[in-house]
Amino acid sequence: MQQSLVELREITKVFPGVLANDRVSLTLGAGEIVALLGENGAGKTTLMNVLYGLLSAESGEILVDGEHVDIKSPQQAIDLGIGMVHQHFMLVEPLTVMENIVMGIEPSKFGVINYPAARRAVLEISQKYGLEVDPDAKIHDLPVGLQQRVEILKALYRGARTLILDEPTAVLTPQEVRELFAVVRSLVNEGLSVVFITHKLDEVLSIADRVVVMRDGAVVGETRSADTDTAGLARMMVGRDVVFRVEKDPVSCGDTVLEVDELRVRDERKLTAVDGVSFTVCEGEVVAIAGVSGNGQTELVESIMGLRRPESGHVRLRGKDITHARARQTIAAGVSHVPEDRHRRGMVLEFDLTENMILGDHRRRPFAKWGVFDQKVINETTAKRIEDYDVRTPSARVLGSTLSGGNQQKVVLARELGRDPELLIAAQPTRGLDVGAIEFVHSRILDERREGKGILLVSLELEEVQSLADRILVMYKGRIVKEFAAGEASDEDIGFYMTGGSDSSATVDETESKGVTRGR
Amino acid sequence: MAGKEAKRMGDRLAVAAENVGIPFISVLIAIAIASVIIWIAGFDPVAAFSALWKGAFGSGRQIGETMLRATPLMFTGLAVAYGFRAGLFNIGAEGQLFMGGLAAAYLGIVLAGLPAPLNIAIMLVAGAAVGAAWAFIPALLKAKVGAHEVITTMMFTYIGRYLVSWLVTGPLKAEGQIPQTEKLPLESTLPRLHEVFAFFPDSRAHMGFIIAIVLAVVVWWILKYTTLGFEARAVGFNPWASENSGISVSATTVKALCISGALAGLAGVTEVMGVHGRLFDQFSSGFGFTGIAVALLAKNNPIGVIFAAILFGALSSGSGTMQLEADVPSKLIFIIQALIIFLVAAEQLAKWIVGRTRKGVTESA
Ligand SMILES: Nc1ncnc2c1ncn2[C@@H]1O[C@H](COP(=O)(O)OP(=O)(O)OP(=O)(O)O)[C@@H](O)[C@H]1O
Ligand SMILES: [Mg+2]
Repeated sequence: MQQSLVELREITKVFPGVLANDRVSLTLGAGEIVALLGENGAGKTTLMNVLYGLLSAESGEILVDGEHVDIKSPQQAIDLGIGMVHQHFMLVEPLTVMENIVMGIEPSKFGVINYPAARRAVLEISQKYGLEVDPDAKIHDLPVGLQQRVEILKALYRGARTLILDEPTAVLTPQEVRELFAVVRSLVNEGLSVVFITHKLDEVLSIADRVVVMRDGAVVGETRSADTDTAGLARMMVGRDVVFRVEKDPVSCGDTVLEVDELRVRDERKLTAVDGVSFTVCEGEVVAIAGVSGNGQTELVESIMGLRRPESGHVRLRGKDITHARARQTIAAGVSHVPEDRHRRGMVLEFDLTENMILGDHRRRPFAKWGVFDQKVINETTAKRIEDYDVRTPSARVLGSTLSGGNQQKVVLARELGRDPELLIAAQPTRGLDVGAIEFVHSRILDERREGKGILLVSLELEEVQSLADRILVMYKGRIVKEFAAGEASDEDIGFYMTGGSDSSATVDETESKGVTRGR
Repeated sequence: MAGKEAKRMGDRLAVAAENVGIPFISVLIAIAIASVIIWIAGFDPVAAFSALWKGAFGSGRQIGETMLRATPLMFTGLAVAYGFRAGLFNIGAEGQLFMGGLAAAYLGIVLAGLPAPLNIAIMLVAGAAVGAAWAFIPALLKAKVGAHEVITTMMFTYIGRYLVSWLVTGPLKAEGQIPQTEKLPLESTLPRLHEVFAFFPDSRAHMGFIIAIVLAVVVWWILKYTTLGFEARAVGFNPWASENSGISVSATTVKALCISGALAGLAGVTEVMGVHGRLFDQFSSGFGFTGIAVALLAKNNPIGVIFAAILFGALSSGSGTMQLEADVPSKLIFIIQALIIFLVAAEQLAKWIVGRTRKGVTESA
């Protein structure tokens, strides 16, 4: 038996109307990777927030190195060697990597920051753990994978020996996931231990030593990952068998729903983000845009939605030009949009669920008549959608911010799909969802397809792209560099074009294409 | 099932208790600190506060005086609160108030002779419109070029204030030595409360008080049950998600600041129509600014504004008696006001003081 580094005993945490953690115990040995698995709302984040001092538990004990500790704030957790990387990064965007890492405990003399010393310290830990990153790069210039690396470095710089990673892979491409796993392995080789929250079962199997499964706030199972498989994990998690690959009928393409023609869009910094993109989506078709994040997908979607003015080119919805339509007209014309970032564009965290459920439809009948809400209809619709999408919440009147990440995503999906759109634009629709919920959302998307809706899917998840798409467009540096029909390409093929491979350079070996990913 | 319902009710009560509790506790702590100050200054705090209470609520006339002083603060408090809910800091309520007052003083004379109800209705609507117009330009600047409303509404306050100063000494000056406009005819003034209802016969409280309370309920309803209020709150919380939902951030900003201006304008209208019957340079004792404190204390809740305004009204109407009977300088009231605001703003401090240390809400990933 290894000496346990951190031990949680009988932790109970109650939120109004929710027993989020019900006498949960968890031990973590030195050099161990424990995966925390469980449905959306099972209480994983809550448990880790208790350990990190962000929440205080109603009862229970925490032991670090065998000693009882009372962790009241993240600062205390950090002092005890516990670090946490949240799913939503907490970096200061305009500052450099180095500044972000040393912030708050920068080496200084008489209040003047000793930059050379800071740089040395940052380089030292980044070399020690193989976390390469340019210390002088500005955060907002870095791809998500590297920003996450900075978060990890921040925790290590503060002396973390236990690292909590909350859904670290949700925003990463397969390539970045492989790099992250290499980093995690080198950390445990140095004697650190890691708690890893994820919904991706194959990741659990490939990285974790031990898996702890939670359901409804309690631990319902624990196993060594060597002793199980994905189907077994899924069963432990949701209590039934889960279908991983959805069946779909062959595409029967009807009229053109969306037509994008030579679209050019600039980003905030006035750089060309979408560089002459053309494609169509027809009735009953799922077109997927695959690409590493930051290659123009966001700007493309925003300009179709009317959130960003294109420089040139055209967008047509059922033949009607909507290039310069604003979001309100686009929505009215029958476009639904599941944004990639639910906290930024997807919902108003300070609104309750009934209010979040009508965002975008709030001017329309039957929800509003003459500008006055019909509270009864709104409440009924909300209740029905909460039921249909299995949103775990004590009531429809709680604020969006109190839901677990996956349940927030379900609210956005329920609203956008509930609108019965002509065209559904779904960016990372299953980000943060558990396997059961993913199964449900995928089948809902295919229902829409069967009803003859057009669907534009933007996703980093090749598995999702492969199982839903009728056509796959690979986007790289603002251009569509390759198109595949469903089933035509392997993950490797798609990955090759995603990272800058081209038909003419089809012989470029993998190491080179990796280099391109980094540079964005 | 019944148990679950009861629990939910309990949870909601707990939230309500916190929303009401923190301002309430802040007020109590402010009074406690003020007592110490009074005591150190060599006076008797118990005598001071009982005199204050007596001055504010001791008789029908005094209650009426408290209502009178609360009235403009309700309007300006509502104005500032509405702006805050849309993420806007209308620091220029004072200027909108002056312009509303100017509209009333001018129209009241022009419209002389019309039937009183018609006259009053026109003056209220026009005063609100002028207040809104005074907020419109800052709103437009904000929406189009991003000019910060704190700067622009403040500048417009100076313009409005000195415009009134000039008009009452020049073009609109009534006969006589004093720089003020002509006295409004009876049909252009708001009736006193005792002329409509049968209470507080010798008080100066006027119908503006009732109008303000009705408006507070209307504003509460707008914020909660209409698309107008929904959009304002959505933009106040998250402009990106609002945009994505087809809400025009700039149009919403303009509407919200204009509504705020209209409410502030009404403060000026009712002061002119209900209290002074005319306009002069000093007709507002900073109601627009005190409105910020009222909104803060009310946590931007329109219903809360009613109570917060009455509290500030009571402090102001009771301070005279406090000075008279307990010898405590009436200026001390400003210290109490400042303490209340400080403690409400430093909400965490108030929580800490009552031993309710609670960690901030964490973002659940
Ligand atoms: N700040 C909060 N206030 C009220 N309730 C909360 C709060 N945070 C979490 N909850 C509730 O506690 C439960 C557990 O949430 P938690 O975020 O721990 O789930 P999770 O396992 O991380 O789920 P996910 O996989 O969706 O991220 C949820 O039902 C949620 O509604
Ligand atoms: Mg979570």
